[in-house]
Amino acid sequence: MDEWITFTIDGLEVRANKGDTILKAALGNGIYIPHLCYHPDLKPFGGCRLCVVEIEGRGLTISCKAPVEDGMRVRTETPEVNNVRRVAAELLIVNHHADCLRCAKNTSCKLQDAAAYIGIEKGLTQRLRPVVKTFPVDDSNPFFIRDFNKCVLCGICVRTCQEIQGLGAIDFAFRGVGTKIATLGDKPILESACVSCGECVVRCPVGALVPRNAQRYTHQIKTICPYCGVGCGIELNVRGGIVVGVQGDEDNPVNKGRLCVKGRFGVVEFVHHPERLATPLIRKNGELRQASWDEALELVANRLRKYRSDKIAVIASAKCTNEENYLLQKFARAVLGTNNVDHCARLCHAPSVAGLAQSFGSGAMTNSIAELGDAACVLVIGSNTTEAHPVIGLEIIKAARSGGKLIVANPMEIDLCRFASLWLRHYPGTDVALLMGMMRVIVEERLFDADFIKERCENFEVFKESLKEFDLDFVEQVTKVGKEKIVEAARMFATIKPATIVYSMGVTQHSHGTDNVLAIANLAMLTGNIGRRSTGVNPLRGQNNVQGACDMGCLPNVYPGYQAVSDPAIKKKFEMAWGCSLSPSPGLTMVEMIEAAYRKDIKALYIVGGNPALSDADVQHVQKALAQLEFLVVHDIFLSETAKSAHVVLPAVSFAEKDGTFTNTERRVQRVRKAIEPIGNSKPDWWIICQVAQRLGAKGFDYSHPSEIMEEIRKLTPSYGGISYQRIEKVGLQWPCPTEDHPGTPILHTNAFVRGKGRFAPLRYVPPGETPDESYPLILTTGRSLYHYHTGTMTRKVAGLNSIEPEGVVEISPKDASQLGIAQGDRVKVSSRRGEVIAKAKVTKAMSPGIVFMTFHFAESAANVLTNPKYDPVAKIPELKVCAVKVEKV
Amino acid sequence: MNFAKIKQEAQEKVDALLYGKNPVVFVGTATCGRSAGAVDTLEAIGRELRSRGISAEIVGTGCLGLCYAEPVVGIARPGSPTIWYGNVSPERAVELVEGCFVKGNPLTEDVLGSTEGEAEGVPHLLDLPMLKPQVRRVLWNCGVISPTSIEHYIARGGYEALRRAVLEMRPEEVIEEVKRSGLRGLGGAGFPTGRKWEACRRAPGNEKYVICNADEGDPGAFQDRSVLEGDPHSVLEGMIIAGYAVGARRGFIYVRAEYPLAIECLEIAISQAREKGLIGENILGSNFSFDLDIFQGAGAFVCGESTALTLSIEGNRGMPKPLPRPRTTEVGLWDKPTLLNNVKTFANIRWIITKGADWFASVGTEKSKGTAVFSLTGKIANCGLIEVPMGVTLREIIFDIGGGILGGRGFKAVQTGGPSGGCLPASLLDIPVDFDSLTTAGSIMGSGGMVVADEDTCMVDLARYFLDFSEKESCGQCSLCRLGSSHMLQVLKSITEGKGRIEDIDFLIEVGEALRTGSICGLGQTVPNPVLTTIRYFRDEYEAHIYEKKCPARVCRELISYRIVPDKCKACMICLRECPAEAIQGGKREVHAIRQDKCIRCGVCLSVCPPRFSAVECVPGRLANGG
Repeated sequence: MDEWITFTIDGLEVRANKGDTILKAALGNGIYIPHLCYHPDLKPFGGCRLCVVEIEGRGLTISCKAPVEDGMRVRTETPEVNNVRRVAAELLIVNHHADCLRCAKNTSCKLQDAAAYIGIEKGLTQRLRPVVKTFPVDDSNPFFIRDFNKCVLCGICVRTCQEIQGLGAIDFAFRGVGTKIATLGDKPILESACVSCGECVVRCPVGALVPRNAQRYTHQIKTICPYCGVGCGIELNVRGGIVVGVQGDEDNPVNKGRLCVKGRFGVVEFVHHPERLATPLIRKNGELRQASWDEALELVANRLRKYRSDKIAVIASAKCTNEENYLLQKFARAVLGTNNVDHCARLCHAPSVAGLAQSFGSGAMTNSIAELGDAACVLVIGSNTTEAHPVIGLEIIKAARSGGKLIVANPMEIDLCRFASLWLRHYPGTDVALLMGMMRVIVEERLFDADFIKERCENFEVFKESLKEFDLDFVEQVTKVGKEKIVEAARMFATIKPATIVYSMGVTQHSHGTDNVLAIANLAMLTGNIGRRSTGVNPLRGQNNVQGACDMGCLPNVYPGYQAVSDPAIKKKFEMAWGCSLSPSPGLTMVEMIEAAYRKDIKALYIVGGNPALSDADVQHVQKALAQLEFLVVHDIFLSETAKSAHVVLPAVSFAEKDGTFTNTERRVQRVRKAIEPIGNSKPDWWIICQVAQRLGAKGFDYSHPSEIMEEIRKLTPSYGGISYQRIEKVGLQWPCPTEDHPGTPILHTNAFVRGKGRFAPLRYVPPGETPDESYPLILTTGRSLYHYHTGTMTRKVAGLNSIEPEGVVEISPKDASQLGIAQGDRVKVSSRRGEVIAKAKVTKAMSPGIVFMTFHFAESAANVLTNPKYDPVAKIPELKVCAVKVEKV
Repeated sequence: MNFAKIKQEAQEKVDALLYGKNPVVFVGTATCGRSAGAVDTLEAIGRELRSRGISAEIVGTGCLGLCYAEPVVGIARPGSPTIWYGNVSPERAVELVEGCFVKGNPLTEDVLGSTEGEAEGVPHLLDLPMLKPQVRRVLWNCGVISPTSIEHYIARGGYEALRRAVLEMRPEEVIEEVKRSGLRGLGGAGFPTGRKWEACRRAPGNEKYVICNADEGDPGAFQDRSVLEGDPHSVLEGMIIAGYAVGARRGFIYVRAEYPLAIECLEIAISQAREKGLIGENILGSNFSFDLDIFQGAGAFVCGESTALTLSIEGNRGMPKPLPRPRTTEVGLWDKPTLLNNVKTFANIRWIITKGADWFASVGTEKSKGTAVFSLTGKIANCGLIEVPMGVTLREIIFDIGGGILGGRGFKAVQTGGPSGGCLPASLLDIPVDFDSLTTAGSIMGSGGMVVADEDTCMVDLARYFLDFSEKESCGQCSLCRLGSSHMLQVLKSITEGKGRIEDIDFLIEVGEALRTGSICGLGQTVPNPVLTTIRYFRDEYEAHIYEKKCPARVCRELISYRIVPDKCKACMICLRECPAEAIQGGKREVHAIRQDKCIRCGVCLSVCPPRFSAVECVPGRLANGG
């Protein structure tokens, strides 16, 4: 509870929260006190000396640090205060390259505010005799410029990098007037640990840090970042119908204004990229030629009409809105008559959906992003969070830095290891053994939550029995993690509460990915860490709307809201709503579709936004399969690797050109808003689907706006029942939100599990599909980089991101590199049983001997040429995270 | 091992050295001795003794404080008193060996005095005018014992206080004794030590630290270094007792890397104390455990400030933490309660425990008890390290102990407390030297530097010199200190270059006041002190520089002139030939004159003019041509 106190500023009585500083209280009450180095997000610094005030009876103090006290009398204008403040301001001003009219911060500059308030006398420069020094400007970073000549050394950038980003890429360096903000060794910022998140640029009070090509805007449109599943709120700066900049939305509870490099600097360029598809393309004589919409849509309708339901499949897109995904599965089921609809969740979190549904009854993140920062213990397994979900990474760093324990389980030395109390470097593909080993310790030492298990769970004894296989000698041998570390991790996780688990594709992309998820669910139940704040099982979803695409039923076995296609009552409900008869049998998964296409069992494929030609395992095989198709339709914003082999390509709009909703990884349904008109002749996916459906004679595809689609969704999807555009105008709601008066659900399974009782799963250890042998002696694991996204369709259109990370590399341990005669930067050939790629070697201690790593963003060194399509028997996800390879210098 | 046994063994070892059959030669080999060539002297003595087949013990000691007389050598022949000699060069050392050991005739030239008995015609060392008025507590062992021998220290009563504290006193009793003694922090701020210890003891938490601040960075200050190089165990003993009193198990000595010899002495001392069970687990069989590490500072002056110092140990950039903030005794190193005291403060503790608070407080003033240690430098006859009771006057220090001004010139000012202290004029020579009086006069006790200026010192230039130091050492976080010091320096430079303007004095006062009242830390707040005090006491010099374009002390090159007195010039052509600017006119048998428009005021003419003529003189202000 806040405690209010009253004090006076210059005789004016003001109220403030106990514990607030004088400056915060003053600003909160609309009273300006000059300041430069204060920022509400950061700890007080006290360097600029401008916010000096006098507390009666106590003398001068800085208001940014001094706490308010009841009855305190503060004066902001006394001769002493004025002298200190004026001298400090004058000194700062004469040492600032005041280039105001050309400065990007003109009129938003805090130094201008202070100067205007204090009043600067004529003849100041003459009196102070400044020595004109010029520091060279650092323009190494493609996104922002550092001009030390305008720097006031307020340290906001240093504290932002330290306190918010947890990075410390910059600090004060040198002494006296030579003091400057520098990277390690005062190198250009691009050569430092900086990750170009731009958080410092946003907070810089003067023109020392400014975005490149900064342009003022006419207006801002609030929407959601189109990159990853975190779902950060952004504001698009629009001017003359063009997006000219991106700002973090401080009102959005997910990111509270924070963004990563892609969201902040990687949007404008791809939206307005000259390669954006602007007209439909039709393949004629083997080549894609421009066509009119009418021509293209007619062609699509005419061709699709020819195929039987079981010869057609549809791949939806986790980049599209909920409304579009809903429509697409409705189109597949109601118009094409098939349940053959799936999307890229198959490649990421199908095991989460399957596994968590089995354990808990619901396959989504149980808790919310904002709770992570308050967890006392965080286990991060199979997630390189700061690279793949950077803003969630910040919450984990916050937890670790505010005294929480962080356990990282990862074969690679990821950035989070810097904050970890414990790092378990387990061998790829041995997650079940590691987690079951920990649980065996917890059971043997009786550290489990017996009450929770008794009241809320079932099948415990069977599970307990299955722990017998996991004695620590065996676990150590399999995982290559020392026994004592496993014991320490087990005790830490079991005893420090609330504890939460964060995981991602390092857990799911295995041939036993579902088992991995079940093991995680077991651990959460065993320690009673579920259903409360800052606990839970938190799969971080990859794509911006992969949660939504699943929710909307773009899966072969379920309608929207995970309602089974095989359930006759459900089928009936949808038949009534859509006015048609529906198939009761589940369709093909994405992996099965590709197989079927290869066998020519599937003849027509309708792909919205996906790029399986680069993202799936064993892509050469995928490409061959696509080539077998009689008819391939692709919607996309660029001519992707997949679109290149299509018969018809329909140009879609980007997220900036349409309305709709995205559901982020914490189940929050958020509004996406149209900021600009479609580029060229491109159209929103929902419009295109409606056009095709109508041309096929379907009813119920005549919407004039996505809000109408949402109204239909919520009538048919219980968990979305209470979610309307009106309700999520300001802040998104987290499903389940069944009714209009329901506040949404930040935490799942609070009183009971969705399925009733939480079900423990007995598990066995199964090794990965491929293990190293003489021909392929190394293990390749794959993942994402901070600077690129998915198959690079968007990020590789952004010059700055390309300049920071121009190509894919093979990360390899120094030991393996030296044995193979590979030096830093050498070109190497990586080959597996399926193919080979060539890339540059990056020799790094982050890799364990025996393991190499590649990202899958780069078509020219596509890691998925190598990966193993062997899939999980339950979730049908291919084993993208482990395959055997050999590496040779070329 | 119990302490009685340790003590007995030490005594035996020292007795064997001092009263054995071999003579002992003491050579002061602290940094001041070494810079005067003590290592060469020591080696020369060894060579000479060996070549003559004389067996003798050679003992390197710390600094006696008679820096003006370095290298200092003491020779003790069995059965005879120890005779101390000053300015012993290697050549002189050879003569000494011959005189003392071969001819049996101790030379009397360069004799400073005797100890351990009377020698004919040789005064007692402690009767030297520089030593006689001193009260040596902190410096008790300095120059007398080997700093690398724990036995020397123990034989002279060392570690007795530790024994008594940990075996016979409760921590509260130790603190009470320190409180009662009235000891105040000798790092400069003068905070009551006992109160600090008590605050640290009362601060909640099991993990606490003791830090010794040995980051002595003031130009012209070397008293902490001398203590560490001369008597390191006295500091360790104080720290261990402090650890016991406040409830800490771990201590750090933050010593600047520019003090390699002090670091070496400390390393040896720590390992010796650990070996004897005086540091480590269950000290002297008690329940108390304490360990110590040395942390080397990287030469930032500001790291002498306590919060910057703790940040530096933590591995951060040393920048003082702004007020308001909790005290270091509550939130210090790694945010744990931390006791931080200066070298000399810790060195005083043993006396308070062994001799009691009353004994300690028997010297000093009402509010400043005990002694103060100063490095006496500048234009002073006897430069060196001294220790006097609090409350003696500046006059006693400068004229009685320091022997007055070098070369018999007139006194102008004394700067106390390092670069951030103030300059006090002759009119204040009779103020007592203690924390409060110096502060009232506009200066500070500081860490104990005392720089004497004679009548040929320009006070504007002196202020510029100190500010030049402080400006470079500003940590940069606070706008006032970082930029204010720089602009004040620019203005001072302008004044000394003859470009001073009427408004400059007011500007310096205004900015100086802003820094004094508005800066983050003690450094920033005291940076303007040399400027403000010189303006306060020597405003006429500033005015002469600005209004008359004259440097009265004839220091500032742009504000002086050289001229040839026609009556004295013998037309010898020396200056004319040597002048690098060809500014001297004249010829054989033609009296010389300086062309002021060509003169670069390098002073070569003055230095080459034969003293018997003394025809060239330097005068304040710029002369017109033909002058």
